[in-house]
Amino acid sequence: MIFEDEPVPGYPLPIRPGHTSPGRFERVLRAGLFAVTTELDPPDSADPEEVFSRARVFDGYVDAINATDGSGANCHMSSVAVCALLTRVGYAPVMQISCRDKNRIAIQGDILGAAAMGVCNLLCLTGDGVQAGDHPQALPVFDLDALTLLETARTLRDEHHFLSGRKISYAPRVLLGAAENPFAQPIEWRAQRLAKKVAAGAQFIQTQWCYDVPLLRTFMRHVEDLGLLEKVFILVGVGPLRSAKSAEWIRTHVPGVHIPDEVIKRLAGAADPAAEGRRLCIDLIQEIRTIKGVHGVHVMAFRQEHTVAEIIERSGVLNGRKPWYPGRDPQANTDRMAS
Amino acid sequence: MYAVRQWSVRHARGLNAFYRGFEAALVVLHPLFRWIGYGRLERPVAAVERSVKGLLFDCRMCGQCILSSTGMSCPMNCPKNLRNGPCGGVRANGHCEVRPEMKCVWVAAFAGSARIPGGIDALRQVQHAVDRRLQGRSSWLRVVRQRVGDEP
Repeated sequence: MIFEDEPVPGYPLPIRPGHTSPGRFERVLRAGLFAVTTELDPPDSADPEEVFSRARVFDGYVDAINATDGSGANCHMSSVAVCALLTRVGYAPVMQISCRDKNRIAIQGDILGAAAMGVCNLLCLTGDGVQAGDHPQALPVFDLDALTLLETARTLRDEHHFLSGRKISYAPRVLLGAAENPFAQPIEWRAQRLAKKVAAGAQFIQTQWCYDVPLLRTFMRHVEDLGLLEKVFILVGVGPLRSAKSAEWIRTHVPGVHIPDEVIKRLAGAADPAAEGRRLCIDLIQEIRTIKGVHGVHVMAFRQEHTVAEIIERSGVLNGRKPWYPGRDPQANTDRMAS
Repeated sequence: MYAVRQWSVRHARGLNAFYRGFEAALVVLHPLFRWIGYGRLERPVAAVERSVKGLLFDCRMCGQCILSSTGMSCPMNCPKNLRNGPCGGVRANGHCEVRPEMKCVWVAAFAGSARIPGGIDALRQVQHAVDRRLQGRSSWLRVVRQRVGDEP
């Protein structure tokens, strides 16, 4: 789809009434389309081509690409830099900001800089503890938390000043997102926590990996009871599991990931576990898309990024829609630039 | 101490009631505090506060106490200093992602708040960013001055 007021596909769009960003991702969400987002595994490298080649595997299947900010407390290319590279060629990145490594001075500077480089979506996260990653000897910062980070970004955008009160001359036009884990303790508090994030400024939510649909349904009912369905776009996290062994490892070693026994059994009983993992992911997507209040899926296929296109294709959630990517419609590009 | 901290959460209701009375008493003493001088009182009061709240809550002296909004479970004991609810890494047994031997302070906060009248509503309030300059200062004196409108 090409938006009719799109000067050059991939370039910032005019901001429509009721929208907060010039981004394609917000357009897709507000148009009521089923959105697909994914995560780019940032390179341990200073080569920009490694970012572009990792983005290209998603071409035509995703509406936005998350640039992780030292996820799992492991060091990689920074999310600001990955986003700067992605926006250069027109991709719509979701810049993740973690509170673990930066204080409020650095974070606010990054938000302005990112918006200046064309980033239209922010995902405000608390971040994993340093003990989880490859630099456990590092200082954990946590000056802000996910909620106060959301408030901070909203202050910059809507009130046009820093937390200090000092004015900024041009506000970052961004869509604000947050994460939620409907599957972690205390379960009964999770929808409330989401309500707090919405109150602090979250406009979209990307959840942790979902392998337990009944639990997700309960969570979504709570979210509906709190009157949040009209206030926030929820994208449910999904991802292919490689084998029963890797699923077992993830659920014991990665905090906050809940994988029921039936899932492990299904993978263990399969002749080709990796193919079964993809099949399971597709089944989950098809079930999740029918739940009221779900606006899309966030596919996290860590180290299996090449499977995302196939999973989305086979799930049929795009309904024949082809999300924009660099070079999708070169003719339209030149026509529009000329006119 | 961890065991005492857990006891305090189990007795959140009583402690919260006591705290409210204590706060009211301190507010009454404002003219006296003023006469002595808040500046002069800061160090001794902070020392008392540190030992009492240190024992009961493992208080970290952030200087902007929100215990009555967190079910008497001090959020500064969270390794990520979260003041607005649990992170997504809480373990299935309700323990901390970073320190597996410790119960998540937010799981405790949720249990403690359920014991306090209006506690769950208090938990829903968005807590703003911490003012790190207040670290080590008395929260009690600050509350009194806020209550009587005598903020420095």
